[in-house]
Amino acid sequence: MTARTLAQLAAGLAARKYSSAELTQAALARVQGAQPRLNALISITAESAQAAAAVADERLAAGKAGPLTGIPMIHKDIFCTAGVLTTCGSRMLSNFVSPYDATVVARLKQAGMVMVGKANMDEFAMGSSNETSFYGPVKNPWDETRVPGGSSGGSAAAVAARLASLATATDTGGSIRQPAALCGVTGLKPTYGRVSRYGMIAFASSLDQAGVITVSAEDAALTLQAMAGFDPRDSTSVDAPVPDYRAALDAPLTGMKIGILKEFFGEGLASEVERPVREALATLVKLGAVVKEVSLPSLPLSVPTYYVVAPAECSSNLARFDGVRYGHRCAEPRDLRDLYTRSRAEGFGAEVKRRIMTGTYVLSAGYYDAYAIKAQKVRAVITDEFRRAFQDVDLLLAPTAPTVAFGLGDKTSDPITMYLNDIYTIGANLAGLPALSMPCGFAGGLPVGVQLIGPHFGEAKLLGAAHRYQQVTDWHLKTPAGFAEAFA
Amino acid sequence: MSLTSKEIETVAGLARLQLTPDEIPVYAQSLSRILGMVGQLDKAETGLVEPMAHPLAGQVQRLREDAISSGNERDLYQRNAPQVEAGLYLVPKVIE
Repeated sequence: MTARTLAQLAAGLAARKYSSAELTQAALARVQGAQPRLNALISITAESAQAAAAVADERLAAGKAGPLTGIPMIHKDIFCTAGVLTTCGSRMLSNFVSPYDATVVARLKQAGMVMVGKANMDEFAMGSSNETSFYGPVKNPWDETRVPGGSSGGSAAAVAARLASLATATDTGGSIRQPAALCGVTGLKPTYGRVSRYGMIAFASSLDQAGVITVSAEDAALTLQAMAGFDPRDSTSVDAPVPDYRAALDAPLTGMKIGILKEFFGEGLASEVERPVREALATLVKLGAVVKEVSLPSLPLSVPTYYVVAPAECSSNLARFDGVRYGHRCAEPRDLRDLYTRSRAEGFGAEVKRRIMTGTYVLSAGYYDAYAIKAQKVRAVITDEFRRAFQDVDLLLAPTAPTVAFGLGDKTSDPITMYLNDIYTIGANLAGLPALSMPCGFAGGLPVGVQLIGPHFGEAKLLGAAHRYQQVTDWHLKTPAGFAEAFA
Repeated sequence: MSLTSKEIETVAGLARLQLTPDEIPVYAQSLSRILGMVGQLDKAETGLVEPMAHPLAGQVQRLREDAISSGNERDLYQRNAPQVEAGLYLVPKVIE
């Protein structure tokens, strides 16, 4: 039995094969059934889902449905959802019921989507394995002794296990693409500024971007259509027209120039990952693409650049958690300083504290120029190398992650080993570029992802290339053995 | 690059994080490792390059009118507050 994509479910709803209430019931049963095994969710919102499904069914009956109306979905728990617990994977927010909806949440609600729950994630999106969550690690549905990747590990595992056909996600250094690769699903990180971040809990403001994890590129196009666009409530939102992403999917690849990133095919890349990635490139060539080797000599400095910029911004953003207006407060504070230091010590986990302190250090007097300013300069150099590359090619191709999913606990003892999981994804965040990961094969029974990176606002090109690839391959339709049956 | 326990205590103080005595050497070690890795940046040639704080060239942060855009939601927001009284957030005594 084939697992359903969002596009197939929408067709089924339109043809009255099932109602949104039935789909939602099936999704809730699947979510609840998988929870003890995968721990992919932090909250399950059965009651509000049933109410939303009833409204969606009315819209469908009245002929007022859009392509997303009535489809069950999951929001990463970094997005504020009015009246629903919004934890960001942290003890700090384990009691926070958001008073308002994030713009992404509001837009998908308006499109008629039915939220069935909130996805587990690394605490404050800081992690690459979902092991830093206050709510415990998520398991990879392909092998429950392995990690799903992170930080959007719950979103990726949920879509891989077909608990829903889509989940929202966010990407600061690879947090959409890396878990998508490790779980065998499609993940899109749009251009910085393309999707509103209003109501998305901030980690590193010059890098964070909202996106989506889906089964197919077509589904990502349909979802991005509803998510993208100017929002006056996000001062970094870009006021640029949103193209018709669905219409752009069928553009032929003939003559499309794909640059293969030389720096990302060397030491550190597992050969079992390199093989399917190169096969994906060969498939794109068969579809008409032209390959060119591209070198971005400063790209290997992405990881050290990121581990100055991201912690610096995180230390500023997380200063708001002070135990006064919301979030965790320690018991019986002696004075204001004790209130701050103990509430924060109790509310944040070890990795979050490590990043706050790293950021505080690089921003402190005497180190600011040597670290913070230097990293911002290297960031400019890397961005300029990308800009020059896109004068010659339409898209860049690289692996998404250096290895397949690793074992739970394997990389928790050394932060640097963990940070290197994002070696191929961080560049796109530093330069604000859109990028996508899609399944391209397996190694030892575990999924492998290939990454495409586009120029600013090049989402249509990215989605088009991925869609054409998915028309002639079926890696994206494979489901893990324990979760094979479709939910509708 | 090696951070001392004293430096970690200073940084934790600036970041308003209370650390236990056991945590200090652990963070000293991992922060030293991170800053050591970051040290690779020294070899990058960045002479006249302008530092980049925003990924989209030419974008400026928009400003909005300083005007009221929504109603008073104080009671709604204070539902998440650890301690409030008469519409005010309560904190330990600040001024003796």
